[in-house]
Amino acid sequence: MSETRGSSGGLMGWVDERFPATKMWNEHVGQYYAPKNFNFWYYFGSLALVVLVIQILSGIWLTMNYQPSADRAFESVEYIMRDVDWGWLIRYIHTTGASAFFVVVYLHMARALLYGSYQKPRELLWVFGVLIYVSLMAEAFFGYMLPWGQMSFWGAQVIISLFGAIPVIGDQLALWIRGDYVISEITLNRFFALHVIGLPLVIIGLVVAHILALHEVGSNNPDGIEIKKNKDANGNPKDGIPFHPYYTVKDTFGLIVFLIFFSIVVFYVPEFFGLFIEAPNFEPANPQVTPDHIAPVWYFTPHYAMLRAIPDSFGGVVVMGAAVAILFFLPWLDRGRVRSIRYRGLGFKVAVILFFISFVVLGYLGLQPATGLYTILARIFTAIYFGFFVFLWVYTYFGLEKTKPVPERVTMP
Amino acid sequence: MKKYLMILTLVLVPAFAVGAAPVNGKLSADVDPHDKESLQRGAQAFANYCMACHQAELMRYNRVARDLGFSDEDVEEFLIFTPGTLAVDVMRNAMRQEDSQDWFGAPAPDLTMTARRHGPDWVYTFLNSFYKDENQPFGVNNLVISGVSMPHVLQELQGLPEPVYEDVDGQERLVGLELNQAGMMSPAEYRRFTRDLTNFMDYIAEPVKAERQRLGVYVIGFLLILLVLTYLLKKEFWRDVH
Amino acid sequence: MNQDGADKSRRRFLTAATGVVGGVGAAFLAVPFLSYWNPSARAQAAGAPVEVDISQLEPGQLINVKWRGNPVWVFKRTDENVSDLEKLDGLLRDPDSDQPQQPEYAQNKHRSIKPEIMVMVGLCTHLGCSPLFRPDERPAGIEREWLGGFFCPCHGSYFDLAGRVYSGVPAPLNLEVPPYHFIDDNTVLIGEDEGDV
Repeated sequence: MSETRGSSGGLMGWVDERFPATKMWNEHVGQYYAPKNFNFWYYFGSLALVVLVIQILSGIWLTMNYQPSADRAFESVEYIMRDVDWGWLIRYIHTTGASAFFVVVYLHMARALLYGSYQKPRELLWVFGVLIYVSLMAEAFFGYMLPWGQMSFWGAQVIISLFGAIPVIGDQLALWIRGDYVISEITLNRFFALHVIGLPLVIIGLVVAHILALHEVGSNNPDGIEIKKNKDANGNPKDGIPFHPYYTVKDTFGLIVFLIFFSIVVFYVPEFFGLFIEAPNFEPANPQVTPDHIAPVWYFTPHYAMLRAIPDSFGGVVVMGAAVAILFFLPWLDRGRVRSIRYRGLGFKVAVILFFISFVVLGYLGLQPATGLYTILARIFTAIYFGFFVFLWVYTYFGLEKTKPVPERVTMP
Repeated sequence: MKKYLMILTLVLVPAFAVGAAPVNGKLSADVDPHDKESLQRGAQAFANYCMACHQAELMRYNRVARDLGFSDEDVEEFLIFTPGTLAVDVMRNAMRQEDSQDWFGAPAPDLTMTARRHGPDWVYTFLNSFYKDENQPFGVNNLVISGVSMPHVLQELQGLPEPVYEDVDGQERLVGLELNQAGMMSPAEYRRFTRDLTNFMDYIAEPVKAERQRLGVYVIGFLLILLVLTYLLKKEFWRDVH
Repeated sequence: MNQDGADKSRRRFLTAATGVVGGVGAAFLAVPFLSYWNPSARAQAAGAPVEVDISQLEPGQLINVKWRGNPVWVFKRTDENVSDLEKLDGLLRDPDSDQPQQPEYAQNKHRSIKPEIMVMVGLCTHLGCSPLFRPDERPAGIEREWLGGFFCPCHGSYFDLAGRVYSGVPAPLNLEVPPYHFIDDNTVLIGEDEGDV
């Protein structure tokens, strides 16, 4: 008994008879074999988990002093910044963490694209990941409203109005989301509830599912090779190493690098040049006066640019929604057999780089006013964004891709 | 680009910068949250000139005292002009908001967050951009907020700059300001005065700024030590992996 | 994985060093999170010392002021009240105020700075109810000698006009005297010892 559970006697033995502590540890950490050739891109999964913990902890602490009422929300945030011991630090950690979450998640997703980590048998793993991303967007949107500054109010106004663009049910739907004829304390209260408890529960559940799925199929790697195909006498993958200690020490190093960047932002540029905290949000929400220029926070700007690129308002909403929804279908759009960009055809390499460029450029355009040249550019890059998926399907479905031979064993970086 | 040229000109030609404000673009206040003497002077300027009408409702006097090196007694003597206000209280003024509404058409806005909302340079430029305009109810206008509904409170210090119009492409354009009669301060003194005031307003908008910049060094220094350790640890363990 | 080349002691040292330094970091990180629960500047402002004007206070009159959210009584004893205090010693649990329920300057017969001015936190030391002021008539149910005092309706504890608790009642201690001092003859500052800033 104790042998199969990998522990013997003592306190752990006593626990293991009653709770699979050692078993779970071994399955997910101690004897979870990960490919040994992970590179830079593989830090962002564990970092995303760390940021989740940071956000939950700082969020709980902020909730202790935040007042979700239209009269007091803005003032209570400044109360935290001024009157509460260390409140400023906890708040800056939370605002920086929100943006850090998206930085890390975008890089994590880019990694999946580069190395084909969504391909069979990792389709569900990818789908859970996209669900986390969608939940995170909702979480961030609800959270951005809570400080009840000008951008909180008008940003929410714009986004909720999008639902109003849906034919027939639109107006009713927008009214239902707001619970009022304008964005009001009623809206603030429900967003607060969703931000502090509703979505965090969903995200935690999805993260657990994501990790369970990962450990079921095993990690992909920069060569896109299935390491389980090559096992040693003990049945362990020859190209695998136990997650602990090798990746725990490596990820700890990555974490410290991340924390250094994080601290630079928190202590020296918490507003991050107006990208992480926008200046109009230092003015309390005023339903009578719209700020000169409304731009969402940077992580939504690619989608915002796509929305504005389409002349028809409902069309814009559809395109914006499709930009996210299409990610769910990626595992089935890509019919290629080779995972890693290292061995894929030139067409894929060019396409994926154009795709990344289009995302960044759209992000930039979403921050600018929608005028003349900018609108034309936004249309071009929206076409490139969607073109990637169309191209990928055509390229792989009709067998146009000329791949390189994939090696038997992984190559060390 | 034009904005940057303007600023460049201001930097390079101090004679022009003295007592004049650009029609476009901003002056640089070059705020420094660590300059306590400037902040102390700014605090007095704020209490004396701004707080007759404006408030800073999110800021406490004793926090100002602690951060800027005043004692609570100093604060009560030099900064608090509102009867019944203690050092632990927030910076409210004696004017009733309804009076303010009657006199100026709108309650004077709270100034706690202004420097963070618009940036300190905006505040500094605003304070240096009042000019004579008989068509306005208070006889003054401002380049930053056209039709501003407040008097030039610092007129006795600065004097009242006059607008300079020039014919540009057949149209009369306001191209700059000219100070013919200085007030109690020389233009250089006035600029220092408004810079101190701006510095203080930037401080009350984010009182923890100096503190966080000070702390950051230690936190990042500590993380660098940990970085070396974790790097060595990773390298040591990864010697197993070939 | 072959650990043949592993330098075990170096490995142990680095693991321990990282653990210790990381632990120190975690401890430092805990400080802001724990300090966050301290009374905020606003709470401290609300709990700031309270000035009480006693120029209008008549002998025999009690006023109730709020300090840190609690009732604080300021009571002007009559001369008779003051002289009565000694008569009760035998009935009290702690007639000489040996228990630290008052600042040093109030550890005397009358438990106050000036014999006639009583300053007291109006909360029963039993379970925190606020006792009733009974300067004259003996509250129902009490059979001991009564020269005026305070009666707690919750569990029937009672105190004399210096807040000293009678023996044999649920309350274990005399009523608490808050820190206070006289700014001038007519003004008491509650919440601050003399010379505190």
